[in-house]
Amino acid sequence: MPMQKNEQKEEWQFKHYFHQSNRNIMSNQEWPLWEVFIRSKQGLNHKHVGSLRAADATMALENARDVYTRRSEGISIWVVESNLVHASDPTEADMFFEPSDSKIYRHPTFYEVPDGVKHM
Amino acid sequence: MKNEALYNYLLRLGDDSLILGQRLAEWCGHGPILEEDIAMTNISLDLIGQAMNIFDYAAEIEGNGSDHDKIAMLRYEHQYVNTLLVEQPNKDFAFTMVRQFIFDAFRKPLYELMQNSKDKQLSAIAEKSLKETKYHLKHSSEWVIRMGDGTEESHNRAQKAVDDLWRYADELFFQDDVEKSLIENGILPKYDEVKQAWQQTVEAVMNEATLQIPTNGWTFGGGRIGRHSEHMGFILAELQYMQRAYPNMQW
Repeated sequence: MPMQKNEQKEEWQFKHYFHQSNRNIMSNQEWPLWEVFIRSKQGLNHKHVGSLRAADATMALENARDVYTRRSEGISIWVVESNLVHASDPTEADMFFEPSDSKIYRHPTFYEVPDGVKHM
Repeated sequence: MKNEALYNYLLRLGDDSLILGQRLAEWCGHGPILEEDIAMTNISLDLIGQAMNIFDYAAEIEGNGSDHDKIAMLRYEHQYVNTLLVEQPNKDFAFTMVRQFIFDAFRKPLYELMQNSKDKQLSAIAEKSLKETKYHLKHSSEWVIRMGDGTEESHNRAQKAVDDLWRYADELFFQDDVEKSLIENGILPKYDEVKQAWQQTVEAVMNEATLQIPTNGWTFGGGRIGRHSEHMGFILAELQYMQRAYPNMQW
């Protein structure tokens, strides 16, 4: 249907957020970005492995399966829309992270371990 | 040859996988998006892997130093017995996905029922291939639904593909003395059961995709007895080139 680009985008986003199965995606609009997390056979947690584009969650999971698990890398996949990830601001990195650099006492390395203790 | 019917059937089964695998491989580097490019070549490799297992078994029956490469690479055109469906050119993405869907919807129930084959090796091949085929069907049916129930353009392209390809579907259920004797001996499943499952899948997906199944009743065949469309020679020229130019080469 003929639409202005902005309208198309709005409609796209609406469907994208509020419909579980969004099929009306065959437009020129670029598909949203998804972050992919894979749990390996030995791993306990899902690890971020990369990102990809897909029109909906189903397609994102299948694309992730095809792109990131073709060499038996995983047994479970999570995909999260990239724009739902809130990230810390790199320009605030000094305020966020540097203060902890000088606080080595936060590491439990100042305790004397008694001789009889095993498994430390 | 002992077990000649089974040998002939294995060629029919394996050639479908091999030629469709070769067709999908043509998308390598040309997919609509990177992820889909990888998906299609993954499926291509799955199919070629299946063909390899099937031809290994055929070579074992044939004996005389035959192997899967000889069977795959060194026959003449009229000795290939794949259906006309799988040799049809890729055209656009809708055409490729509809072709894939018609095929996957057939292969899944075929393998499911083939697991009960009295022939242990065939049953093992079916069991191994089924896992891959289930994913292929999921992938192709989702695309058919997405395109059919998508925009006007994607719908028209998908419908055009269904209209053009439907006439080749019937040949998937081709039966002559080869299949009939194997079905009688419990080595192949009954084809009407396979066809019933196929029909259900196809109708459900086409319906959801808002696509119309042609009702003109036209059917094309010939591939199963070695009579191919004009496309087949070009496929084999590419497929066989290395083995013909450098006999027995390995890599």
